[in-house]
Amino acid sequence: MRHVKKPDGFEEMAKAAANKPAAFGEDIDLNQFVHASEELPYEQELALLPEETKRQMLQVGVVPEGGDQRAGTFIQMDHSVVHSLVKQEGVEVMGIGQAVEKYDWLADYLWKAVAVDTDKYTAVVELGQSNGYFIRALPGSKVVYPVQACLYLSKARLAQKVHNIVIAEEDSELHIITGCTSAPRGEPGLHIGVSEFYVKRGARLTFTMIHNWTPEIAVRPRTGIIVEGDGVFISNYVILKPVHSLQMYPVARCTGENAIVRFHSILIATPGSSMDVGSKVLLEARGARGEIVSRAITTGGTITARGYIEGSAPDVKGHLECRGLILGGSGVIYAIPELKGTIPGVDLSHEAAVGKIAEEEIEYLMIRGLTRDEAIAAIVRGFLKAGIEGLPAELNAEVQRAIEASEKTLF
Amino acid sequence: MDTENLLEIKELAVEVGGKEILHHVSLTVKAGETHVLFGPNGSGKTTLFMAIMGLPKYRVTRGSILFKGRDILGLSIDERARLGIGLALQKPPVVRGVKIKDIVATCMKGRASEEAVMRLAEKANMVEFLDREVNYGLSGGETKRSELLQLLAQEPELALLDEPESGVDLVNMALIGDLINELLHKEHPIRGRKHSGLIITHTGHILEYVRARTGYVLLDGRIVCEGDPLEILETIKRKGYEECRKCAM
Ligand SMILES: Nc1ncnc2c1ncn2[C@@H]1O[C@H](COP(=O)(O)OP(=O)(O)OP(=O)(O)O)[C@@H](O)[C@H]1O
Ligand SMILES: [Mg+2]
Repeated sequence: MRHVKKPDGFEEMAKAAANKPAAFGEDIDLNQFVHASEELPYEQELALLPEETKRQMLQVGVVPEGGDQRAGTFIQMDHSVVHSLVKQEGVEVMGIGQAVEKYDWLADYLWKAVAVDTDKYTAVVELGQSNGYFIRALPGSKVVYPVQACLYLSKARLAQKVHNIVIAEEDSELHIITGCTSAPRGEPGLHIGVSEFYVKRGARLTFTMIHNWTPEIAVRPRTGIIVEGDGVFISNYVILKPVHSLQMYPVARCTGENAIVRFHSILIATPGSSMDVGSKVLLEARGARGEIVSRAITTGGTITARGYIEGSAPDVKGHLECRGLILGGSGVIYAIPELKGTIPGVDLSHEAAVGKIAEEEIEYLMIRGLTRDEAIAAIVRGFLKAGIEGLPAELNAEVQRAIEASEKTLF
Repeated sequence: MDTENLLEIKELAVEVGGKEILHHVSLTVKAGETHVLFGPNGSGKTTLFMAIMGLPKYRVTRGSILFKGRDILGLSIDERARLGIGLALQKPPVVRGVKIKDIVATCMKGRASEEAVMRLAEKANMVEFLDREVNYGLSGGETKRSELLQLLAQEPELALLDEPESGVDLVNMALIGDLINELLHKEHPIRGRKHSGLIITHTGHILEYVRARTGYVLLDGRIVCEGDPLEILETIKRKGYEECRKCAM
């Protein structure tokens, strides 16, 4: 297994942060997990993967066969790149280790959007065995179909560590769908994914991530995004299935004028699931705009939905919308919207609402002839769909499928 | 029993939040007829509609409601809707995430198709609102058209219209009138006409467009007057509800 070669200096910082707990979420004892995994064979033909693996991938929007609708595919199992393929010109897809060897300049992108000493999870990604993807759209290239990436946690008790770098070069357009999933085996596991996104001047990047874990898995993504002038970054995050513990708080910085960031997320917490999911947008340049929209449903689990927008430049605008629905008796939703303005002339707003479905709305649909269950289903479907507007058709269909599949288990 | 009686309410008493709002209300609507209900604010008009529709908050404590000769008091809201009762609300709620076109299609059940929905929307001048969330950001008059659009899709045999013209401008008033006439099958000959209506109105403007057979005045939860709708309207206009109160004594 190749260890990702990184510039000096980070190792020491990481060592200093090796025991530093995260700002939020349950503190996970890293010693409970196995940290190394065996090298797994490269698979030229994805169709030859085990059926169970392929099913898992499909559920997170990664199409193992018939990737005609994909610009490229990257599959990582545990710490091995088992498949990596590019289908369209203007886009590069490869393992991060290979990319670091290929491009000297990549050193300038490592740990720039996410600090290596953020907490013990980022530290262990630097210090331990890891892998990840490098996806890059070349300047000016419009990559029509999404690149699909799957991060698959297979080995029992493994702490899977991932370090991804995504670069949308100037005036490029890139769509990525990442599915993270684990073998449906009922064993504990830990997924730590560091992702650093660089959206250059005038580029447009949409990033859709679907998580599908099991009730034993803990998940700690660590994401940073830097958006330059006139750049657009749109994130869609969807988690509809049980997870033991999830905590993430991606931070997007708009460093260039008129940069735009949108975070949309859809969360369903079943009994036993604990989720602490936030999004942070820092509007640092004139005219930058940020939007955070989250839709959270609990059927018995706990959700903390955070949102933070900070405006520190003239003419910036930010809006935060956080809605939660409590469908199960023991569920908890804790919404924490925060706004910070440091100069006059920023325009920041938020709305947050947590509750159950209004009886009046159910009755209204019943007056139109829907049964009570049909009325609730229609309202919940509408509630969730509002969380993911603005997706390219292809990705939209993928997410709608995921929502519809989960509905069957909700009611 | 007279099966021509589409709706037959007898000695109805209804409680809301532990307080009796309707005392002994009786009225009968035959198939094909349209009746109107007058009464001051708070007299219980909306309460009567909600009780007919079966909303649990409006608890029937005495009396009976028969629809097509059948006791419907034990039925749920949606069961009553499927039997053929439609209600256009005075103040319908916003339902975020559900689009008007979706709800219209749902109302049409088996008959729904994109073209059919579009045809009805054109009639109701609601095409540009089809992709809007139900009642979200609609003006008062648009809300009224949206309600009638949904009812047209439902084709109920009994339409309960709670103030369909309040907040509607003069131009749209004619449109509302057309929509109600269509809903009530007014173009059909009286003989054999099935669709019936019960309309709540304050101003009576709607009577300039829609013919009604009988009018009632509801006062403090009691029907105090029954007769020619235009005559009742005239009296209320000239002498106010004080005149009706005299009749109640
Ligand atoms: N949910 C409720 N809780 C308590 N009181 C209620 C409730 N709904 C209605 N009421 C009361 O019942 C009475 C009748 O109300 P209703 O809405 O039926 O009047 P209305 O005749 O439709 O009046 P308007 O012309 O203003 O629409 C009012 O005094 C009202 O305050
Ligand atoms: Mg009323």
